[in-house]
Amino acid sequence: MTSLTALCTLVAVGILVLILSYIAMRGVSALNFRFLIDTPRPIGEGGGIGNAIVGSGMLLLLSCAVGIPVGIACGIYLSEFGGGWFVSAVRFLIDRLTGIPSIVTGVFVYAVIVLRMKHFSAFAGGIALALIMIPIVARTTEEMIKLVPHSLREGALALGAPQWRVTIGVVLPAAASGIATGAMLAIARVSGETAPLLFTAFGSRFFPRNLNEPIASLTVQIYNYAISPYDEWHAQAWAATLVLMALILSINILVRFLTRQKFR
Amino acid sequence: MVASLSPHPKGEGKGSRGIISALSRRLSPTGNTGDAIFRTALFSVALLVVLIVAGMIVALASHSTQSIRQFGFSFLTGREWDPIKGQFGALAFVYGTIVSSLIALLISVPLSLGIAIFLVEQAPRYLARPITFLVELLAAIPSVVYGLWGIFVLAPFLRVHVEPHLARWFGWVPLFQGPITGIGLLTGGVILAIMVTPIISAVVRDVLAAVPNTQREAALALGATKWETTFVVLVNGAPGITGAVILGLGRAIGETMAVTMVIGNRPQISASLFQPSYTLASVIANEFTEATADIYLSSLIELGLILFLVTFVVNAIARLMVWRVTRRTAGAM
Repeated sequence: MTSLTALCTLVAVGILVLILSYIAMRGVSALNFRFLIDTPRPIGEGGGIGNAIVGSGMLLLLSCAVGIPVGIACGIYLSEFGGGWFVSAVRFLIDRLTGIPSIVTGVFVYAVIVLRMKHFSAFAGGIALALIMIPIVARTTEEMIKLVPHSLREGALALGAPQWRVTIGVVLPAAASGIATGAMLAIARVSGETAPLLFTAFGSRFFPRNLNEPIASLTVQIYNYAISPYDEWHAQAWAATLVLMALILSINILVRFLTRQKFR
Repeated sequence: MVASLSPHPKGEGKGSRGIISALSRRLSPTGNTGDAIFRTALFSVALLVVLIVAGMIVALASHSTQSIRQFGFSFLTGREWDPIKGQFGALAFVYGTIVSSLIALLISVPLSLGIAIFLVEQAPRYLARPITFLVELLAAIPSVVYGLWGIFVLAPFLRVHVEPHLARWFGWVPLFQGPITGIGLLTGGVILAIMVTPIISAVVRDVLAAVPNTQREAALALGATKWETTFVVLVNGAPGITGAVILGLGRAIGETMAVTMVIGNRPQISASLFQPSYTLASVIANEFTEATADIYLSSLIELGLILFLVTFVVNAIARLMVWRVTRRTAGAM
């Protein structure tokens, strides 16, 4: 019977290996330097994903600029201001935010920002991604701050520091590496998001010039190429996927490596 | 002596709390203003998050009022989705969502239980740690990548190697009749199964790990075999495992890109699992940018509202069930 459970595990790991090796195989054959810096071109003329890479980078920067500070602030609030019904309510809602389908986040941002501005924009896409980051960063921050020993806080308080200085100057630095890994995981997670970008950042065939216009992203590009009828675009979709997976996997493995060093 | 430090007589006689706060006020004159600002700032950020969630409900509801007014409850029971005639009924999407999610659970629940039992109860530590990481990596693969793989690898595989056999052996069941294309409910369900397996197995693992060792020791002491002991552990964690399954269901319901790419996107209700179908999430993804008429857009946003409410409730129930197990056993340890 042990072999049965081992088989289940083998199936899951096997599927992972299958998917990753297939991406590597199909991706490498279509990948070259020109592909990484060029913009999309009509069928038969090659073209690349340079604008999508830059676009994804800008969307990630935007979402980090909003999502990480807000997430960390929420995490501090949840852990340092203890019990109380409001704190419990915030924790409950943040947990629910994690479970909301990302496409619904996209619809929400469309209704609130895109409809009001009357056009798609990188700004709206960044906000949509930030909304997905906030709960992840908040909960890891809360968990990491809870791990900071109480003696540290008491020591600082006994030296006469007010609470805000204790939190910012003592507790946060002690939890910083944990919070950073949480933020990295959140980045890995949103860098793969497609659904919330479809009708917020929308997509573009050009390099981004400002944040107030539609912007390309790797994931939306992969989606558009994947559902197209052309073999050439399919090959480009695999190459773009290889680039995306390289980013996501390296973040995950780095986080794994960092936490391993810490908790051993 | 301490009391003399306190500038406010109010601080006296109020116990150590009053003394400490009076002390900190005295020792760091800026401290309390700083704390007040700090507190208010953090509070307003937390409040912002609460407002965002509330704002989601309000925004989704207010933008779907037109469709809610026009179709009322028949929105959920209507079978016709025809943007040209302005007729919007979501039954086909509800059907597609439910059936594809059920297929996903049917496959992934036994698989996830097997994985979790193997990792918590059987595998040695040096094996369990790296394998746990690998299974978790499955959750790190983006939805759109699963979709790409689904289109070019999984769908052809099912079309050639699985669906013909299902049709041959189980063709007498309406589920496995009709033309075989590889694109349809079954493929959507299978890809969802792969995507929710790491989530369900991770939660089941936590639940099993939270079952106190005394349970295992007691079972073994009574002469139970290894498998009987595992059964005791499973029974002990049953509510949490149910919670994990419901959590997977919530995830499957809301999953968008991968399903959209392999399910065929045709609003029809067909008994056959080989037939193309459509889910709530994928119709939003596909048609949102094409919706020009107000009522069309409003109907799509109402689909979003339905998704929001359903996943909100499903996830809340799931978390409650998981939490009750992990909390109870954590207390017992």
